[in-house]
Amino acid sequence: MGIVKTDKLVFEYIRRDEEGNVEGITRAVDEVSLDVKQGDFVAILGHNGSGKSTLAKHINAILYPTEGTVFVDGKNTSDESNLWDIRQEAGMVFQNPDNQIIGQVVEEDVGFGPENLGVPTKEIWERVEESLKAVGMYEFRKYSPNKLSGGQKQRVSIAGVIAMHPKCIILDEPTAMLDPNGRKEVIRAVRALNDVEGITVILITHYMEEIIHANKVFVMDKGKIAMEGTPREIFSQVDKLKKLRLDVPQVTLLAHELRESGLPIPEGILTKEELIKALGL
Amino acid sequence: MSIILDHVSHIYEEGMAMEHAALKDINLVIPDGQFIGLIGHTGSGKSTLVQHLNGLLAPTSGNVYYNGADIHEKDFDKKQLRSKVGLVFQYPEHQLFEIDVFSDVCFGPKNLGLDKKEVELRAYAALKQVGIEDEYFYQSPFDLSGGQKRRVAIAGVLAMKPEVLILDEPTAGLDPKGRDEILDQIARLRKETGITVILVSHSMEDVAKYVDRIIVMNQGQIMFDDAPKVVFRHYKELEAVGLAAPQVTYIMQALKEKGLEVDTDITTIEEAKTAILKALRR
Repeated sequence: MGIVKTDKLVFEYIRRDEEGNVEGITRAVDEVSLDVKQGDFVAILGHNGSGKSTLAKHINAILYPTEGTVFVDGKNTSDESNLWDIRQEAGMVFQNPDNQIIGQVVEEDVGFGPENLGVPTKEIWERVEESLKAVGMYEFRKYSPNKLSGGQKQRVSIAGVIAMHPKCIILDEPTAMLDPNGRKEVIRAVRALNDVEGITVILITHYMEEIIHANKVFVMDKGKIAMEGTPREIFSQVDKLKKLRLDVPQVTLLAHELRESGLPIPEGILTKEELIKALGL
Repeated sequence: MSIILDHVSHIYEEGMAMEHAALKDINLVIPDGQFIGLIGHTGSGKSTLVQHLNGLLAPTSGNVYYNGADIHEKDFDKKQLRSKVGLVFQYPEHQLFEIDVFSDVCFGPKNLGLDKKEVELRAYAALKQVGIEDEYFYQSPFDLSGGQKRRVAIAGVLAMKPEVLILDEPTAGLDPKGRDEILDQIARLRKETGITVILVSHSMEDVAKYVDRIIVMNQGQIMFDDAPKVVFRHYKELEAVGLAAPQVTYIMQALKEKGLEVDTDITTIEEAKTAILKALRR
């Protein structure tokens, strides 16, 4: 069993009208089974309302399955006695950095998590230092978070999660509010965590070019997994992705258009280097 | 008919320890009917700038003119200005509050003091302009999808019949199809009504695809102000201030370096495709 495993996960919520009468039931996640191995870099794509955030919230026990089971590091998330272990092992980063930072000073914010775990003071400082270094924010440790750019704040949020020493980190559209540089900084930091520290990454995003380095991509639609494969396998299916309200990186789209115009280029080109090669330059 | 910024500076907390100049001597002319992209990294002064365009902020020094009149003159009608220069903030769906979609869009024009019939006609037209179908009119705005909510919020501003529409990152957090839908609708609206549109965006690809003029802000000053092609030629300088060119521009540069005879100031996929096919045929 991998670090995160879901088995026929179903999540339903009840819609109510103003008086509290039941209007109907929405199945946000519909029999999703997936298995993520320790050290994987997994991307989840899907249009707004496809169920990807609902799925993600099950991985650190913010939501519990209506049916089926979720295991994090072999522990069932529905068993309340596992809650604290699961929250420590699977950390979550959200879209808006301003909603996640509570400290007055960067290093204080990063230390908040381990402090709540009851980690001894000396070790908290060690963890704060290594976490801030891992995301390239160590030189900002004495700053007030509101003096930082969006990308920097988001990296502080990530450091706050790493300081808990998680095995897995789930990022729900961490770059949606950032400028191009901020996006680059965050994705670089996330890739380094995966490559260097071996932390499992589950990345949810609407930016297709951010996931070309993932080991595995899941595409969700109507609460189900509609596609799964490597980035190349997924991005080879331009038309199918468009039907699912998604897109491909610009280089992939350009290669696809050239292929449609009759050039002998394979589908699923992911980088400009690959395009150069395919054009025989 | 235009907006003119004449030597506009804005200093936050002037004279205090935290004094910070957000705008430094900005001179800008925004004529009618342009589709303008406003880009710049977080904290570059974009939001401060757009808040000057409808008088939400007053310049510390300098003047803002709307159709020739100084908007900070005593007898200038600011309420009128705010209905003419419509500002759609980031995540505007957080500002929806009425019991149904139609009432929400009626709220703005109702406050202009228009009669009920005119208010309803405007709300109807605005909802149509953003592509919301009749079947949603009497649903709670909170039951709509993210993209729909955002379009309802934009309709709320359109119902004021603005001459200038400013959108602060209207596509943040939307899926790619949702992004295209909103931007396509805005482009169509502008074509049909001749409204001026200012799009604040972090997506260079979107800006390249839709606008005909780009204003780049950096440290409270205008760094570039030109056609997209010309602005993106300066991609190295843009990178130095946290921005970039569209991905496709980098692809064309790489192809050129490898000896393919293509223009490097291409900014859209369509142009790139045509250029590559042409170069290969040669």
